[in-house]
Amino acid sequence: MSLNEEVELLRRIPLFAKIEASKLKLLAFTSQRLTYKPGDVLFHQGDPGDAAFVIIGGEADVMVDAPGGQLKVAHLKQNDFVGEIAILCDVPRTATVIAASEVTTLRIEKDLFFRLIADFPQIAIEIMRVLAQRLERTTADLRSLSAKLKG
Amino acid sequence: MDKNLYNFILKYSLKQQVIITVLSVISFFPYYYYLSMPKTIVNQGIEGKGVSFPIDVWGLGLLRLDHTHYLFLLCAGFLALVIIQQCFKYAINYFQGVAGERMLRRLRYELYARILRFPLPTFRRTSQGEIIPMVIAEVEPIGGFIGESFALPIFQGGMLLVIFTFLVIQNPLMAVAAVSLYPIQFYFVPRMQAKVRALGRERIKNQRRLSDRIGETISGIPELHTHDASHPMLAEFTRRLSISYWIRVEIFQRKFMIKFLNNFIQQLGPFFFYAIGGYLTIQGHMDVGTVVAAVNAHKEMGAPWKELLNHYQTREDVKQKYEQVVSQFEPDGLRGEEDQNAEPAEPVSLAGPVAVSGVVLNDDQDQPILENLTLSLPWPSRVAVVGDHGRDELLQLLARMIPPGRGKILINDRNLADLTETVAGRRLAYVGASSYIFNTTLGNNLFLGLRHRPMVPRQLDGVERARFERDMSEALASGNSPYDPDADWTDYPAAGARGAEDITTVAITALRTAAFDEDVYQIGMRGTLDPQKKPDVAERVLAARVAFREKLNSGALADLVENWDPTRYNSNATVAENLMFGTARDATYQEDNLARDPHVLGVLDSVGLRQRFLQIGYEVAGTMVELFADLPPDHEFFQQFSFISSDDLPDYKDLLLRTKPDALDQLAEPDRVRLMSLPFRLVLARHRLGHFNEAERDAILKARRIFAETLPAERRDAIAFFDPDQFTVSSSIVDNILFGRVAYGQAQAQEKIGRVIADVVEQMQLREPIIEVGLQFEVGIAGARLTAAQRQKLAIARALVKRPDWLMLSEATATLDPRSHAQVVRAVVEARKDAGLVWSLQRAADCELFDTVVVIEHGRVTQCGPYAELCEKHGRFKQMLAPA
Repeated sequence: MSLNEEVELLRRIPLFAKIEASKLKLLAFTSQRLTYKPGDVLFHQGDPGDAAFVIIGGEADVMVDAPGGQLKVAHLKQNDFVGEIAILCDVPRTATVIAASEVTTLRIEKDLFFRLIADFPQIAIEIMRVLAQRLERTTADLRSLSAKLKG
Repeated sequence: MDKNLYNFILKYSLKQQVIITVLSVISFFPYYYYLSMPKTIVNQGIEGKGVSFPIDVWGLGLLRLDHTHYLFLLCAGFLALVIIQQCFKYAINYFQGVAGERMLRRLRYELYARILRFPLPTFRRTSQGEIIPMVIAEVEPIGGFIGESFALPIFQGGMLLVIFTFLVIQNPLMAVAAVSLYPIQFYFVPRMQAKVRALGRERIKNQRRLSDRIGETISGIPELHTHDASHPMLAEFTRRLSISYWIRVEIFQRKFMIKFLNNFIQQLGPFFFYAIGGYLTIQGHMDVGTVVAAVNAHKEMGAPWKELLNHYQTREDVKQKYEQVVSQFEPDGLRGEEDQNAEPAEPVSLAGPVAVSGVVLNDDQDQPILENLTLSLPWPSRVAVVGDHGRDELLQLLARMIPPGRGKILINDRNLADLTETVAGRRLAYVGASSYIFNTTLGNNLFLGLRHRPMVPRQLDGVERARFERDMSEALASGNSPYDPDADWTDYPAAGARGAEDITTVAITALRTAAFDEDVYQIGMRGTLDPQKKPDVAERVLAARVAFREKLNSGALADLVENWDPTRYNSNATVAENLMFGTARDATYQEDNLARDPHVLGVLDSVGLRQRFLQIGYEVAGTMVELFADLPPDHEFFQQFSFISSDDLPDYKDLLLRTKPDALDQLAEPDRVRLMSLPFRLVLARHRLGHFNEAERDAILKARRIFAETLPAERRDAIAFFDPDQFTVSSSIVDNILFGRVAYGQAQAQEKIGRVIADVVEQMQLREPIIEVGLQFEVGIAGARLTAAQRQKLAIARALVKRPDWLMLSEATATLDPRSHAQVVRAVVEARKDAGLVWSLQRAADCELFDTVVVIEHGRVTQCGPYAELCEKHGRFKQMLAPA
């Protein structure tokens, strides 16, 4: 896949939709495109976070360590992004991400990620939106769980 | 060392001084004739005064000379005298130079040997910046002086005497008049000169401080940066410079005043001759000829007189300098020569118990460090020393690095004070908290403790031998070291090895004990080897290459590494590598030079790619400018990703602005090279800029063949081609095993490949040869290319490999992380099971593995016994164990 094709592909991801072409090109050029085999681990819970990932193709599972073993908490598919919490909050990885099929990702280094947010408010808003959605979903899960516990 | 310069000169160069002086005296005779010859030529040869022609040379009528022939004969005689006189001058100068240089060499060697015998505390007071100029620069004039120390006064004095005698014969009164002012000069000038010399000494002292300052700045540069302290340093430096300046100004004032006086007194002579002589002539007591002769004679005497005066001044100066340097190199407690040189008649063993009794040690300010310390340690034993201060000094005492102020230390019933370094330095070892690593290979650092004297002489062929023998005889003539630095100095048996062939095996054990073997292995992996010197290792690397490929294939990991295949384009390698199919061994085929290399350009021409390269270069430059133009120049992306450095980017921008894509062939040469060098750096899989379609890649494969076929013969060594059946010289071992490039964009490729490589290295038993390559690694200045922890581990391995009877480690693992520290403690204690080990530790908990624990408080041993016992007893040790 050439750089220009990659830029086109990135443009289809909502997160990057409104960024000018030359910046997307820099993003594509400086970010590693990584291919994972099914079962490969993108990162482990507890690792230091140094990069965020955009899923370009394939699917992956998000797992957290629970007392009875690993617990699947989310499923990632094309155009999703993951790993931003660890670099935004400077905390260790909060979950483990495992490739469910052959997965292609764009690995965005911490520095570049912050630069993007600083340069493009659209990206910041998009990330906020996704984070808010996740919070909303977690709150909903929590609510239904508490209801179950009481009932 | 002689305190007096002349004793030093006579003791070591009497013979040369005699030769030089005799030569000087003999040279008087031709000189005399040389001076008188012009008169003979003018009077007899040209004017024919007092000669009747033809001359019958031998009075036998065999050789008769007419006037012209006689003139030519005299001229030939003059030429011969010139040659003879210059030959003498040449010989005298040469011998003087050689004698001086030999003495200088001897002096420098002696000073350096003394530095090696200085007691350790001296170095706390004396800095490098002070010592180095003394050995290098300050003794330099002494060498120049020594050569002429006797010959010059004798020669010039003799000359003066000859001229004076000549004058006396002519006219005694005038002769006395000509020299009448000399005593005044001789009295006043040296006295004034003394002040100038004192100023000169002041200046040298100041210069030492200057160089000390610069040295300190370099050592402390990080501190200066982090505290923005350059201006105080600059101001301080300015002060020193201004001290130097004012000293110089004063020297100038006085020096030129002396010159003024000298010349004045010199001219007083003619003044008196003209005035008094003239008066006497007018009065009729003297004739004009005598006055003129006196003036001339006075002038003639001027040159030797000046030389003598100069010599006298230099002599005073050099004498003082010599005495000053010598006294600086005689610190209290300087160890004797035998400490360095005495080779023990039979091996001395220190494998026995330690008995320290009543040892007292004070610091610089006479504050006690150790007070009446008494301690005995059985043999063999492993001893942990904990407590407060004085532990490091105790270990240094035990290693005989410093002598005790009072008291006695016996090891195996031998008093350490009676031993020389030639024994203690081999049977004992000490490692401090931060050890020095020398700027040489890892191996040389590791085996430092095994190299005391040459063991196996070097194999020399005829020419080398002659040169070596010449060097050695000269070294001996100057009292320098009699040993060949290039011989094999390694004492293999001392390390428990048979010889060079199994020293690595022994070394690996020591490296492993110091937890340093993995580091050296990794360093070796990135190093390379010469397949001609180590054919068997190269063979095994090639076998590992095959095994590695098989393992990748069988483990479904094949796409992690793209192989070097002569028939395929490697999209994970640069275009340059694909074209050359090899790695550059020197600058000829370095990436930056390819675009202007006639051979490479010819190859590109022959496959019709030259123009295309220029176009691609233009496009790549355009993309780079587009991508990176907005970034700040120091952004790390430039280093990581850009083909064009931030400094060059504006040039390219400019180049693109004034160039049209359809007029590329009209570019000026530098611009063409600039653009054309870009495509060579492209890695297609990584950069994905969409250049080089399949047809063009095929063309590069074709070019690859042509490149190898047309490689000029003289460039055979400029490149190492990739050959599946050959070890690639100039590539690292790991690259030779990989034999390809790690594929771009495969997750965790490095880790997966690393595991497979470790497997094949194990399988091919390559670990030892790779560590051997690692031992060839150059560690840089003070080991700067190693981490602090690696340096420390190397120092511990260095002390282990020589198998000392007693090993002292003074917080030697303090810079290591806690896990490595624990690992090294465990391994070293295990390794020293049947020997002596004294380890000064910070944490009481680390003492558990040791046989005996010694607690030091206020410079005394307060507790001593097995760990378990001390844990029970009330005391300092129990307190130390308790968590804070």
